Amino acid sequence: MKQIKQILLLLVLAGVFTLSLTSAIEPKDDSSASAEEKSATESKKTPGHFDAEEMIMGHVLDSYEWHLLTVNGKHISVPLPVILYSKDKGLNIFMSSKFHHGHESYKGFRIAEEGKYTGKIVEVTDDGKEIRPLDLSLTKTAVALIFSVILMLWLFISVANSYKKRKGQAPHGLQNFMEPMIIFIRDEVAESSIGEKYEKYLPYLLTLFFFIFFNNVLGLIPIIPAGANVTGNIAIPIVMALFTFTIVVVSAKKYFWLDIFSPPGVPWWLKFPIPLIPVIEFSSLFIKHIVLVIRLFANIVAGHIVALGFFALIFIFGEMSLLAGYGISVITIAFTVFLTLLELLVAFIQAYVFTLLSALYIGMAIEEEH
Amino acid sequence: MELVTPEAGLLFWMLLSFTIVLIILKKFAWKPILNSLKEREDSIADALQSAEKAKEEMKKLKADNEAVIRQAKAEREKILQEAREIKIKIVDQAKEEASQEANKMIEMARVNIRNEEAKALEQIKTQVAELSVDIAGKILREKLADSKEQKKLVEKYLKDIQLN
Repeated sequence: MKQIKQILLLLVLAGVFTLSLTSAIEPKDDSSASAEEKSATESKKTPGHFDAEEMIMGHVLDSYEWHLLTVNGKHISVPLPVILYSKDKGLNIFMSSKFHHGHESYKGFRIAEEGKYTGKIVEVTDDGKEIRPLDLSLTKTAVALIFSVILMLWLFISVANSYKKRKGQAPHGLQNFMEPMIIFIRDEVAESSIGEKYEKYLPYLLTLFFFIFFNNVLGLIPIIPAGANVTGNIAIPIVMALFTFTIVVVSAKKYFWLDIFSPPGVPWWLKFPIPLIPVIEFSSLFIKHIVLVIRLFANIVAGHIVALGFFALIFIFGEMSLLAGYGISVITIAFTVFLTLLELLVAFIQAYVFTLLSALYIGMAIEEEH
Repeated sequence: MELVTPEAGLLFWMLLSFTIVLIILKKFAWKPILNSLKEREDSIADALQSAEKAKEEMKKLKADNEAVIRQAKAEREKILQEAREIKIKIVDQAKEEASQEANKMIEMARVNIRNEEAKALEQIKTQVAELSVDIAGKILREKLADSKEQKKLVEKYLKDIQLN
């Protein structure tokens, strides 16, 4: 109750503050706002005009530089290393600042502005065609990924060391934070879904869970080097689902394949001459893992898009009138706080669901008999 | 479309970093953490079990104690009973002995009395005999004062001797 009162008070204060601010600049604002409105109706994509889609997609998609902020139309961003390999030009490593935010080409490479490679680095051949070289650039997502990897390694190795140091004693500090989650994954996910042989797969499941959870949570922190859309980039869940898929296929027992190609209890005419059930079962093996990818990807992307949508509201209203922009910011911030808390829950739930389903698929694969 | 098209570069970096994380964490984090968790759980289970055991032992000890006390009480009762019996026996015996002694003394007294009686009687007899001899002597002397009489008596005696 007290907390709700505090939040309300904060919101009122913010409102008063913004009103006083807007009233101070209002006279100047009127003309410019109307002028802006005119220009907005004339052409939708004039420079300096706020484009919500570009802002949201620019965040959600990967990029070659880490955009921090834009001041008076000038982009301030951290350049990231570009690593390219092509047949003609060989290996090329340089910083993405050489492209000057995609406006210039460098060593025959440039960031495509249109076509199917829009936003990607392309190699311009002699006859003017654009081809895609092997692109191993450390993009924004890759850097955020590496940062999360370093964070995870440091965190868990230090936790492991404190376990070694404080043998037989009660957990302390970080241990207290990690232990319930580790035990939760061990008991509620691994052991209950896989059964007795869970210990073999436990390191993978723990790594999977914390990898997703950390990247999800880091995606919610809007300060470099966190805040990139890592788990919401489809390549990330694809690799993790591939790991699960590989483990399932490699460790699958006879009964698993029998269930797919000749499931017991199914009438023979569903298997022969048209192998309807085997085909369905076989494709479900792939669909299950594809759904695993899409579930995580879509949830995280949706969270980021909605949060950014709220922020875009500020600028859209701000272009109409400064007062409306400040006014809506109060609501936006309240909603974003709520949404961030919700996303924190989603971050945990999605990590849990991905891990649980992986464990279930592994459990089904290694099942001996029914 | 770009949103759902995986980038080869990112796939590569993800594959690399996830593999590294998996291998390093498995060796340096999960193994020690899971091992010490298991150890701790085992030691807690052990401690609980031994506590339960100690409780059980306490119970048994208490039961043992009670049994010992009960036994001791029974023993005491028995000893007291025995003592009581012995006392009665001793008293009875003493009484018996006393009465026997008394009887014996009475008997002895009786015998003594009889002996004394016999002695007294003997004495009386001898005294009576002496007295009678005396008296007889005296009478004889009186009678023999007369010589005729003396003669008669001597003759009589002589006759007797002759007859022998």
